[in-house]
Amino acid sequence: MIEVKQVSKFFGDRQVLFDINTTFEEGKVNLIIGRSGSGKTVLMKCLVGLFAPEEGVVLYNERDFHHMNEPEQHKLRAEMGMVFQGSALFDSMTIEENVMFPLDMFTNMSNEEKHERVDFCLHRVDLDDVNRLYPAELSGGMKKRAAIARAIACNPKYLFCDEPNSGLDPKTSLVIDNLIYDITHEFGITTIVNTHDLNSVITIGETISFIYEGHLEWFGDKDGVLVSDNQKLNDFIYAQPLTQRIRKSL
Amino acid sequence: MRIISLAMIERFFITIGEYFIFLRKVFSKPDKWSIFFKKLVFEMDTMGIGSMLIVSIVSIAMGSVITTQTAMQIESSWIPTWTVGFVSRTSIVMELCPTIISLLLVGNLGSRITAEIGSMRVTEQIDALEVMGIHPASYLVLPKVIASLIVNPVLIIFSIFFALLGGYVTVILTGMVSMYDFLDGLTYCFRVYDIVYAVVKTFIFAFVMSSVASFYGYKIEGGALELGKASTQGIVVSSFIILILNVLVTQIML
Repeated sequence: MIEVKQVSKFFGDRQVLFDINTTFEEGKVNLIIGRSGSGKTVLMKCLVGLFAPEEGVVLYNERDFHHMNEPEQHKLRAEMGMVFQGSALFDSMTIEENVMFPLDMFTNMSNEEKHERVDFCLHRVDLDDVNRLYPAELSGGMKKRAAIARAIACNPKYLFCDEPNSGLDPKTSLVIDNLIYDITHEFGITTIVNTHDLNSVITIGETISFIYEGHLEWFGDKDGVLVSDNQKLNDFIYAQPLTQRIRKSL
Repeated sequence: MRIISLAMIERFFITIGEYFIFLRKVFSKPDKWSIFFKKLVFEMDTMGIGSMLIVSIVSIAMGSVITTQTAMQIESSWIPTWTVGFVSRTSIVMELCPTIISLLLVGNLGSRITAEIGSMRVTEQIDALEVMGIHPASYLVLPKVIASLIVNPVLIIFSIFFALLGGYVTVILTGMVSMYDFLDGLTYCFRVYDIVYAVVKTFIFAFVMSSVASFYGYKIEGGALELGKASTQGIVVSSFIILILNVLVTQIML
C-alpha cells in the first residue's frame, strides 16, 4: 500500500500541490484523475521520487520514500515500473533491448533466461514479432504496450502509468486499459494510473483520487464517481455532451 | 543595467555550482561495470572512427596552408630554408593540432553529445532511467567522458601526422623549399616534451568538451527549441573554456 500524507509541492513561489492525503491500495488499479494542469503528474513524480515534496511524506508499506538513504531508495526503485506519457522507450535500442534493459541492469539471469523473459513480457502485451524493431517503427499503441512490457520485466510490486491513453484512439485505449487491469490482478501489482480518460475511470478505477487545482477534491471508486454530488467532480466527469446525455439517463 | 549585471553574475556562479554537482553525479560508481565497458567501447568507436575522416581532411589542409604561409614569410637569404619545416612542425604540434582540432571536435562531437542527452531528457528517457533506480548521469555521461579522454589524444596524434604529411606533400608539389631541407627542419631540435604538451592539452580539452556538452544536454528543461539553444550554448561555452585553458596551460607548461 502507498500512503500519501499531507504532501505539498512548490515550484519557486508557485504551489502546485496542497496538503494531499490519499491511499493507493495493494493489488488494485488506483486512478488519479483531474483536468490537465491540475497536478496529477506532479503527484505521480512525487510518488516515484522524481520530485521531492516540500511538505508531507510518501509511505510505501510504512517506509518513508523521501527520507530513505540512497541504497534503500535504490532497492525500492527496483520494485517499481513506470509507463511514461510518451512511452520513454530508448530510441537507440530495439524493442527487445528495451525490455531486456532492466534485466541486464538488475538481474544475473543468463542470456537464455533473459530472452525467455523478454518474449514472455512481449507476448503478454500482445507484441509478438517486434523484437528487432526500433521504437520509431512502432505505432503509438504499440509503443505503450512495449513500455508496459519493459515496466513489468522485473516483476515490479508497483506500476505507475502516466496518461497511458493519451494520443490513442478509443479502441486502442480500451486495449491498454484492459491490459493494465489484467496485469495488475494477474501479478498482484499495486498500480497507479494518471488519466483524464473517462472510459478508464468507469472501467478500471478501483480507487479514484480526484485532484482539482492541486487539492484532493474527492476520493472513491468507479461506482461512486458517476453518482457523486461533488460539483467539481461532476463538472469534470460530465463536461462533454456525450457524458451529459449519460447523466440524464442515470 | 546594474541589476542585469548582478543577475548575470549570480547566474554564472549558480551554473558553475550546478556543473560541479553534475560532475559529482557523473563520477559516481557505475551501476554495472559490464554495461559500462560495453557503452565505453561503443562510444570510443562512435567518437574515434566517426571523427577520423574530418580530422584527417582538416589536418592535411591545415598542414599544407601553414607550410605555404611559413615559406612565404621567410624570404631573407639570412634565414636557412630548413626553418620552414621547423616552424611548421612547432606550430602544428604545439598549437594548431591540439587546439584547432579540439575546437573542431567540440563542434562535431560536443554538439552530438548535447543533442543526444538533451533529446533523452526531453522525451523522459532520463526520468525512466531514474525511476528504474539507475544513476542517469553516471550511466549516460561517464562512458562519453572516459571515451573522449582516450580517443581525443589518439585523434590529435593522427592529426599531427596528417598535418605534417600535408606540409610535406605541399613542399614536394610546389618546390618552395627542397624536400631534404623541409625534413631537416621537421626533425631539428625535436623534443618529446612537445608531444607530451600537446597530449596533455588535448586531454584537458577533451574533458571540457565532453563534460560541458553533457551538462548542457542534461539540464535542458522544455522541448525542441531549448534543445537547439542548449547545443549552441554547449559549443560556445566549451570553446570559450578551451581557449582560456589553452592560455593557462601554455603558461604553466612552457
